[in-house]
Amino acid sequence: MHSPKSPALNRRGFLGLAAGATALTVTAGNAQAATVKTNAKIVIIGAGAGGTALSNRLMDRLEGAQITLIDPRKEHLYQPGLTLVAAGLKPADYVTSETSDWLPKGVTLIQEKAAAIDPVAKTVSTDGGQTLTYDFLVVAPGLILDHDAIEGFSLDMVGENGIGALYAGPQYAAATWKAASKFIEEGGHGIFTRPGTEMKCAGAPLKHTFLIDDRLRRAGNRGKAEITYGAHDGALFGVPIVSEKVRMLFGDRDIAPVYRHTVKAIDAGAKRVTFNTAEGTEEMDYDYIHLIPPQRAPEVIRQSGLSWADKWTDQGWVECDMATLQHLRYPEIWALGDVAGVPKGKTAASVKWQVPVVEDQIVSAIAGTTPTETYGGYTSCPMITKIGRAMLVEFDYNNNLTPSFPGIIPPLEELWISWLMKEVALKATYNAMLRGKA
Amino acid sequence: MKELTFETLIAVFEEIFGRGLFWIMVAAAAVVTLAYLFVLIRDRAVSWRKFLWAQLSMPVGAVAAVWFVMGMTHSSPADIGGAVDLIVFLGVAVMGAIGMAILVYTLESLVKPRKAKLES
Repeated sequence: MHSPKSPALNRRGFLGLAAGATALTVTAGNAQAATVKTNAKIVIIGAGAGGTALSNRLMDRLEGAQITLIDPRKEHLYQPGLTLVAAGLKPADYVTSETSDWLPKGVTLIQEKAAAIDPVAKTVSTDGGQTLTYDFLVVAPGLILDHDAIEGFSLDMVGENGIGALYAGPQYAAATWKAASKFIEEGGHGIFTRPGTEMKCAGAPLKHTFLIDDRLRRAGNRGKAEITYGAHDGALFGVPIVSEKVRMLFGDRDIAPVYRHTVKAIDAGAKRVTFNTAEGTEEMDYDYIHLIPPQRAPEVIRQSGLSWADKWTDQGWVECDMATLQHLRYPEIWALGDVAGVPKGKTAASVKWQVPVVEDQIVSAIAGTTPTETYGGYTSCPMITKIGRAMLVEFDYNNNLTPSFPGIIPPLEELWISWLMKEVALKATYNAMLRGKA
Repeated sequence: MKELTFETLIAVFEEIFGRGLFWIMVAAAAVVTLAYLFVLIRDRAVSWRKFLWAQLSMPVGAVAAVWFVMGMTHSSPADIGGAVDLIVFLGVAVMGAIGMAILVYTLESLVKPRKAKLES
């Protein structure tokens, strides 16, 4: 029925409607799950990407919880930026910020190293002599780069004599660029390697190879250089369809792969590397070599009996359920990030997907409800193939590709938009994640 | 990407530009848009002479926007690798062009208000 008194939509009415709609959109975006009151003691070991994001989200969800983070490092590292630093695209300070800048008010940060965990007595001791009791424990200490495992190598060599090692931190990534720059000017034999252990961001050694190849081409010196990539097993990447794509790109870029080659030792003076291979050992001379050492769980995890007993025994990752990240023997402990003993997921993008799962697990345990979130192994790698182009590779435990923008951003195409995401949007998204907002 | 809500998008843009700069840019865009609406409503007509200048400025805006984005991201037009790249590239150019046109038209209208009965 039409009423003659129906309000006409005049200009003021229209503006009011528009404002209302905007407010509604913002409010909908802000909608948060209800908070839960508790006096639970929650200890998080590690204030990296996982620990920081989780503490922000738990502070939003829990009222009255005592949340304590234990981490000796004052600097927070945006590790996805290290490949850009090592290619001369960003300065070293691009990746650094203060740990305390990201933490919410109300959490306690103990700037000491976790020295021991007693999962039976439910205590964590620090190297400063403090002992904390917990109701819930999250282990997110990251991993250890075992540089000593490469014979003849020490970190003070990085940047000199053609040695690069970008994983070791911002100053080493910058020193890596110094060594790589010399190779880009002079040419010769460049060797790019990866370890035989599980590693964080398995795409990074490939990205570094592609970027240095591109730098050589831009300098007009590609003809003076030979590039070898040493894969640790029979593939170039853990996901078969991505590995095949990389193999084709390597063919196109004249990058020669060698398989089942892991670094055993280097002779920095002679610029010679010794590989462990399927047949024994093999030596190669280099003018530039990029080293990534074997990676393992921190000592405190391995000594506290939290590691798998029958898997990755030389690496010590935490024994946890691959969907919930809950420890299989101690239900009040969860693993988060690099340290988790799950088949995939040692990237910041994985952490972004793991954090809501652990948050849901802890809040549900406190509230006495059933958790619903699970982690499916989501891992993402903006695989840079040259300066200005990348492939937005996303996959799960089953090696399925899981594109965020199906039909719009094809995962196996070298695209400018994927590069823009790595260059511009990734750090912003990461920072938003640290604040618990993404 | 786990979830792309409006709040996430705002948080990401705040991180890209810094919270202060982002909201200053939003405010600047809002002020220019409101000023544009203001001159349209005040004059109750589009001045085609001013609009001509605004149109002539559009290629400048398009090139400036593309140059800014390429410069900020170590990219070049040769990096365009697929259909979505072309769409983003053209989108940046179109946004630059429209932004510049609105800006030029608004500034002209504010600096040189329409003279009654002379310019129509």
